[in-house]
Amino acid sequence: MNFTLRIWRQKGPASPGDLVTYPMKDVSPDMSLLEMLDGLNERLIAEGQEPIAFESDCREGICGVCGLTINGIPHGRRRSTTTCQLHMRMFEDGEEITIEPFRAGCFPVVKDLVVDRRAFDRIIASGGFISASTGSAPEANSLPVSKKMSDRAMDAAQCIGCGACVASCPNGSAMLFVGAKISHLGLLPQGQPERYDRARKMVAQMDREGFGACTNTGECEAVCPKDISLEFIARMFRDYLRSVFVERPESGAGGGP
Amino acid sequence: MMELKANIPSGPIEKKWDKARFEMKLVPPAGRRRYSIIVVGTGLAGASAAASLGELGYTIKAFCFQDSPRRAHSIAAQGGINAAKNYSNDGDSIWRLFVDTIKGGDFRAREANVYRLAQISVGIIDQCVAQGVPFAREYGGLLANRSFGGTQVARTFYARGQTGQQLLLGAYQAMLRQVGLGRVTLFPRTEMLDLIVINGQARGIVTRSLATGKIEVHTADAVVLATGGYANAFYLSTNAKGCNVTAIWRAYKRGAALANPCFTQIHPTCIPASGEHQSKLTLMSESLRNDGRIWVPLKKGDTRSPDRIPESERDYYLERIYPAFGNLVPRDIASRAAKAVCDEGRGVGSRGLGVYLDFSDAIRRLGEGTIRDKYGNLFDMYDRITGENPYKIPMRIYPAPHYAMGGTWVDYNLMSTVPGLFVLGEANFSDHGANRLGASALMQGLADGYFVIPYSIANYFGQAKLDQVDEDHAECRRVATEAQDRVRRILAARGKRSPDSIHRELGKLMWDKAGMSRNESGLKEALAKIPLLREEFWKNVCVPGAGEDFNQTLEHAGRLADFLEFAELLCLDALERRESCGGHFREEYRTADGEALRNDEEFCHAAVWEHAGPDRKPIRHVEPLTFENVHLVKRSYK
Repeated sequence: MNFTLRIWRQKGPASPGDLVTYPMKDVSPDMSLLEMLDGLNERLIAEGQEPIAFESDCREGICGVCGLTINGIPHGRRRSTTTCQLHMRMFEDGEEITIEPFRAGCFPVVKDLVVDRRAFDRIIASGGFISASTGSAPEANSLPVSKKMSDRAMDAAQCIGCGACVASCPNGSAMLFVGAKISHLGLLPQGQPERYDRARKMVAQMDREGFGACTNTGECEAVCPKDISLEFIARMFRDYLRSVFVERPESGAGGGP
Repeated sequence: MMELKANIPSGPIEKKWDKARFEMKLVPPAGRRRYSIIVVGTGLAGASAAASLGELGYTIKAFCFQDSPRRAHSIAAQGGINAAKNYSNDGDSIWRLFVDTIKGGDFRAREANVYRLAQISVGIIDQCVAQGVPFAREYGGLLANRSFGGTQVARTFYARGQTGQQLLLGAYQAMLRQVGLGRVTLFPRTEMLDLIVINGQARGIVTRSLATGKIEVHTADAVVLATGGYANAFYLSTNAKGCNVTAIWRAYKRGAALANPCFTQIHPTCIPASGEHQSKLTLMSESLRNDGRIWVPLKKGDTRSPDRIPESERDYYLERIYPAFGNLVPRDIASRAAKAVCDEGRGVGSRGLGVYLDFSDAIRRLGEGTIRDKYGNLFDMYDRITGENPYKIPMRIYPAPHYAMGGTWVDYNLMSTVPGLFVLGEANFSDHGANRLGASALMQGLADGYFVIPYSIANYFGQAKLDQVDEDHAECRRVATEAQDRVRRILAARGKRSPDSIHRELGKLMWDKAGMSRNESGLKEALAKIPLLREEFWKNVCVPGAGEDFNQTLEHAGRLADFLEFAELLCLDALERRESCGGHFREEYRTADGEALRNDEEFCHAAVWEHAGPDRKPIRHVEPLTFENVHLVKRSYK
């Protein structure tokens, strides 16, 4: 197969970037898109040019590092699929493929196709956990959890933190990511004691980072490689509102709306 | 002369850990803040250690080369985590998990460590459930278990096919809670380049920021390495692209001996490579062997599609050779059997390097819906990669390098031969002997991080005399300058070959000569060729761009430089171990029916390698292994 690639090149966070065209010939349909980029980078190195910076690690769709915007869609047009799991047989022979980094104000470009997603770690650090210090746990089966609830929590917990939801959202909202974590922990009995505090603190940190609001466009759910449901955003709103109007923050608890 | 003191407590095996914990020194709560600890690696072992040590009140710096600690490769573990809960009421116990693990490791692990692991396994599940890990449950709300390769009880806890992900997120969240509380400071995109040893104690590390290229020194009172395994020495493996041997290799060169580097695990169920462009291999969880049947055609070179091959012309070779365990034999045995049938010319797929994993019987018996519930995400992943639907066409699988049982030698307290340097998880050599059983890696990583290091590091602080050391110490500056010089040398080569092309060449050599089966002449050939390839690297590597920048080619080149040294030690260890055991199969040492032939008279020990200086042959020490509780028997799954 042959392709024309247009790839975003940007030297560093402060430099301007541009799309550069690279023709690709004799690509095997069994290659992954990243393997095609590996091949292009080998060519660039042989020519003494700087290869294209892009991130990948596990290359099996679970570590969440490999996000690219492909023809305008984060992770490309195949549903429920991360960038690293896209194979060239999914593209038309002769197609022009535009590859850009994830585009979002809160994800500044580091270089070429690599972005900085540390804001997600800061949101988790603000409250995305259950405070259960090592050694203090009760016997695992002492608290039964209905299979339905546990499965639902797992649906939310599957989030890989790739940030495609933010990159696809016209508002640059991180609510699918945050909603998934609030729902994962809030659905489980172990997560109840901190449930409303958690929602309030995580939403506050999300706002501090500068992520946008949700206007129900649903792009996030459409591009999510793990099919995280919009329903979890609704759960987040409910927990957040309750935390503000019913539960009320403890004085001095920090976070706060 | 290096002294190997395993520090195994005396007394009956059931009491050793209790005794050790009672005798260990403590650091009182108010004193802990003054002790600083560096944790390198944020997978299950590193994140659980950083979280637990932070909770205790120590001052922690946690480093990872990824953009976020949540990306560590533990995230990709699929199948599950073992624990001796006996929730299945099928005869499991701490003792049985201990015996299974010793036997599974082909009697090349330390009894005391493995018993402790089995004891601790129970508490790990409690801890993870309390953190909100959504393990699979039965309709009554209690935890579900399944069986896993190499055992006859159902003791494996799982979260769909993403158990590693959920356990890692639990540990990551616990660690980030400590970040929020100010006890853990994170350093993502920061790679350890060297270890700083002062007065014989590990006192810091040299790092390179992968975002800016800046080389820095970090000092501490102790250093914990939890940097994973070295299967990428084979280039194609199931490990993530970034997995590397650098941290434990650099520590080795600073005095931390390496044990059993030739013990590498080749996983039987991976998707076969599709061509020369292949950049890594993808594991299909071993749990698939619970319901899938493995077969190849009876006839050589049978190119009919699988549905055209009648039952009478199929060879379900694992069921035939190992009737007691069938498709659930341990990984090393399943891998070698697959290689054997492919070597006979009965392999399937375009390259003849594959065997079928067939679900049609299970689908007929249980219905497609049940199979979808159990393995849906794995079937989807297979479909995405190969373009074939495994509900209709049998999967094709082939073995691939997956896990390193060998690693830094540690004593019972997980301390290396450098005082103050602790090594956890896959990076150490301690618990899996010559072969790891399925669902035991997650157990060991979390056991080390949550439940061993918090005690043993306090014991170290309680005894060690620690001088004040800061970043300007002459030794810190010297090691930093050496790291800086190595980066400059790589950049200055300006040759013609990319790191990737040299890494592929190394990987092919290692797979051919030191992969699933090994022999003396092949290993000697590899030992002759690796130094030449290393020379080629330093003369002819091409790394465009600058050192003071985000430069992925440079990252890869630095890791490759260490693999090119480490690979030699792996082959040397394989050459010197003149027996077959677990994942280490020497063609010269096999029984009449082709099975591994152990030599307990001469090799019932861990081989512990000491660095003897540049261009000198490393020194092979031994730590004898004694089996007082499990009798040394021939391992048989027939």
